[in-house]
Amino acid sequence: MKYAGLLVMPAGFFLTLAALALFPDPGRRVAFVLCGLAVEGMGLAVTVRGHMLSRGASQP
Amino acid sequence: MSAIPPMVPAAAPAMSDAVFALTLALMLLAPMAIAGVALINTGLGRSRSAAQAMLGNLALIAVAAIVFAFIGASFTGSQGLKEVVLHAAGKPWSVLGLGPFLLRGLDAAAPQAQLSVLFQFLAVAMLVLLPWGSGADRWRLAAGCASAAVLAAIVFPLAAQWIWAGGWLAALGANFSVGAGFLDAGGAATVHVIGGLSALAVIWIAGPRRGKFPKEGLSTAMPGHNAIYVLFGCLLALVGWVAWNLAGTIIWVHAPLSALPGTAINTLLSASGALAATFSVTRFRFGKPDASLCANGWLAGLVASSACAAFASPVGSLFVGGVAGVFTPLLVEVLELALSIDDPTGAITVHGAAGLWGLIAAGFFAPQAGQLLAQLIGVAALLGFFFPLIYLLFALLNRFVPFRVDPDGERMGMDLHEIGGGAYPEFVIHRDESYR
Repeated sequence: MKYAGLLVMPAGFFLTLAALALFPDPGRRVAFVLCGLAVEGMGLAVTVRGHMLSRGASQP
Repeated sequence: MSAIPPMVPAAAPAMSDAVFALTLALMLLAPMAIAGVALINTGLGRSRSAAQAMLGNLALIAVAAIVFAFIGASFTGSQGLKEVVLHAAGKPWSVLGLGPFLLRGLDAAAPQAQLSVLFQFLAVAMLVLLPWGSGADRWRLAAGCASAAVLAAIVFPLAAQWIWAGGWLAALGANFSVGAGFLDAGGAATVHVIGGLSALAVIWIAGPRRGKFPKEGLSTAMPGHNAIYVLFGCLLALVGWVAWNLAGTIIWVHAPLSALPGTAINTLLSASGALAATFSVTRFRFGKPDASLCANGWLAGLVASSACAAFASPVGSLFVGGVAGVFTPLLVEVLELALSIDDPTGAITVHGAAGLWGLIAAGFFAPQAGQLLAQLIGVAALLGFFFPLIYLLFALLNRFVPFRVDPDGERMGMDLHEIGGGAYPEFVIHRDESYR
């Protein structure tokens, strides 16, 4: 689960790169960059959750 | 304040001898910030690991400096000789510098390039200390040195090239008309956010200290062993931070000398606002101000100032520091109690979160239109590219050089286990109740 979250985070980063390459107008760029940051936030949340679960399972 | 022109890769105004001398003098003061962080790392750990912590500070700096000199500096592209440039959407994307190894030719480089390399040496020395404090009391010295080598050889050079040495983030303004490009005059991104993210990776890989999170009940409080080290470290850090921010403002933003007094005042105001806010929050929540959280707040204010001291007004700096000071104690609590993240020095909050906040705040205060978007793109690169990269590199490293000390070593303390002697041999070290 934690590695799935870590893979989602670069997907958000590529969204921000796509915003730069695809959209010259600032409005769409801002929207895409914010979407990219939201995807990164979701990936981070999944990673945090994955670590909490794996730590709980290994706790004595 | 006049608008900052878009940064053009590898084009910096010529530097007069006086400015060169001033910048060099400032960079001789900047190591005080590193000394301050080293003291804070040691003071917030436990007494039975204090000597290992301080020796680790020195060892990590040494490893990082050597590796950066041999390999890392050539990838930062500060000497501006060659670079790897990709082309997409009709624009050049500079992603990696290709200079000579072993710093060859540095003596013949332009004064500005020489100062850039010196600044990067200090930055990488600071960077490697940040995860070291978070891994206190369980992170092996050998693993710490190996991680410092990875940071100095791969992660930091990439970040420095993208952000400082004309890489695609620095060139956002020139290539895509996004503000003045990603602005990070004092290393909030290249040093502090990357350091905070490295700390998170180390904590996740090494795990919490034994007894920190019992199966039932709340987490166990493990206070730092020397509040004086911590608070004196904060004072030392102020001196170094002011010098650091001024030097960065000259080298990376090419600001005129008239901008320097304001930058210094903004640095102090940001730290002061943060301390006042943390003092108030902890006084309100616990009935008395908490010394270690106040130290964290002060440092968070300094970290936030690294990004925006050159652009914000004095009132703006006070606000930026105040916000950092409010969220620092709250986030430290959330990370420990809600997310079970054992971060003895609070580096994730103090350096990671405060650095991100400072970078975003710089987008509000910099006069160039569209600067906030440039800062958000930089933040996206830090979270979406650098954090997974650091985590994967450290997880791979952990296979070859295990991060965590064995249980016996943790019980004895890192001093006895790793270096064979304690920091305070004439004093009785208190027994740890959690091992009964």
